[in-house]
Amino acid sequence: MSTPFYVSPQQAMADRAEYARKGIARGRSLVVLQFADGIVFVGENPSRALHKFSEIYDRIGFAAAGKYNEYENLRIGGVRYADLRGYTYDRDDVTARGLANVYAQTLGTIFSSAAEKPYEVELVVAEVGAGPEGDQIYRLPHDGSIVDEHGSVAVGGNAEQISSFLDQRHRDGMSLAEALKLAVQALSREANGNEREIPAERLEVAVLDRTRPQQRKFKRIVGRQLTRLLDADGAGATPTDAPSDSEDAEGGSTPAAGTDTPAKSTDAPAKGTDASDEGTKE
Amino acid sequence: MEANTRSTGRLPAAFLTPGSSSFMDFLSDHSPEILPGNRSLPPLQGAVEAPHGTTIVAASFPGGVVLAGDRRATMGNMIAQRDIEKVFPADEYSAVGIAGTAGLAVEMVKLFQLELEHFEKVEGATLSLEGKANRLSTMIRSNLAMAMQGLAVVPLFAGYDVDREKGRIFSYDVTGGRSEEHGYAATGSGSVFARGSMKKLYRNDLTEEQTLTLVVQALYDAADDDSATGGPDVARRIYPIVTVITDEGFRRLDDTESSEIARAILERRLEQPDGPRAALL
Repeated sequence: MSTPFYVSPQQAMADRAEYARKGIARGRSLVVLQFADGIVFVGENPSRALHKFSEIYDRIGFAAAGKYNEYENLRIGGVRYADLRGYTYDRDDVTARGLANVYAQTLGTIFSSAAEKPYEVELVVAEVGAGPEGDQIYRLPHDGSIVDEHGSVAVGGNAEQISSFLDQRHRDGMSLAEALKLAVQALSREANGNEREIPAERLEVAVLDRTRPQQRKFKRIVGRQLTRLLDADGAGATPTDAPSDSEDAEGGSTPAAGTDTPAKSTDAPAKGTDASDEGTKE
Repeated sequence: MEANTRSTGRLPAAFLTPGSSSFMDFLSDHSPEILPGNRSLPPLQGAVEAPHGTTIVAASFPGGVVLAGDRRATMGNMIAQRDIEKVFPADEYSAVGIAGTAGLAVEMVKLFQLELEHFEKVEGATLSLEGKANRLSTMIRSNLAMAMQGLAVVPLFAGYDVDREKGRIFSYDVTGGRSEEHGYAATGSGSVFARGSMKKLYRNDLTEEQTLTLVVQALYDAADDDSATGGPDVARRIYPIVTVITDEGFRRLDDTESSEIARAILERRLEQPDGPRAALL
């Protein structure tokens, strides 16, 4: 048996970081932006079934770039953590900050343990507040650090370039259609400076919308609603371009129930079912 | 009980184990002491006194189902609470009404709601209505030891089946045995009178509006003959909780709508205390 080479701790960590970064960079980028009524997640994802974005709890959403099986594991862990916490205490006691902390500890421990390979993931945990000033977005790189972000954030392959593009153009109080269009513009920029076209069917879009009557504010935007938002005239779009509940036309979509703890009275979830009030805004 | 119990603060292994989409399975792996079924009572002399919920009624109509309950909780011959809520949304397309030991029942509903929501979040799809009804069976069965000591929970589950496009009702016994009811059902101490009332009034071609009136009539008749069931309390403005589930999802009537139905019935009962008369033949 040969004696192993000595590797300095600095070198070992640098190697692990590089390994993780390369893995994340192979994945497609995604962006998370604040808009007037909440937070929107936009990413390029040819798959209809394997989601990059998902609901964790009432006001909390999750986005991830990198290796699918690893972030899926973390996502389910997050859902279990949130549901257990909400069941043990109260629904109001589940916060993005708490979840981001748990994720940071988990990623950090895995990153610095020699026995495990580092996770090749970068996460975003976002919580929508009662008003724009209450919104929180946390970015969690592979090594267990936490970055508190405002306005816009990009993770994945071409993140730096996309981030700087967004920073220059994103402003507070954008309508959903404006934010969505800006996000698609940002995502279609390639590293060499060229632009490519991303068709609507390759986009995965979800929102945390504080104007939803339901307790659960997360909603996927698919099909006709997505094309309408993408085609909407930037000038004609109003901040009230809120997603209606009528087009959960996705197979196995999740109609967010206005579920309520038995201790409280339920505010009957008004599920709007006519798309007509939306379709007229051109 | 806090989620991150390990000194490192990282998520414990149970959280990151792939596989089950059930919150209850996860709980039994990670912290079984939280699950209601893992509690046992010491041997007791006589029954335990705890607030009891009473009458829940349900009736289906073409296009949906109605589930309603009275507002009284009793402890022995005392009224423990006048405005208790016994009907809850389970998720977007189903609701559950509870009769039996109120404290345990409310906890069971909370866990049931969570079970459905958890599955939906993990899988990205909702359970079938049959699947939801079976999960509730399991939960009632886990309470069997308590039920044997007089702390039973007997719910009524109603929902809109999106695949079959109709409203369906499931009733349960104390052992978790489940049976689908056709047309109408009732549970709780006033259920005998409520069922008799609906037997004479129910038709399978009633509209949604008429079905709402039907269930409140049945609750009135239950309160008329069962002291543990509360009738509409006009002085305090406490009216039955009435919910409707259709293809548009779950909706709970607000106090105004509920009071209108109850008051209309009350007006008629001032003239005919026994309510509507059915034909002899």
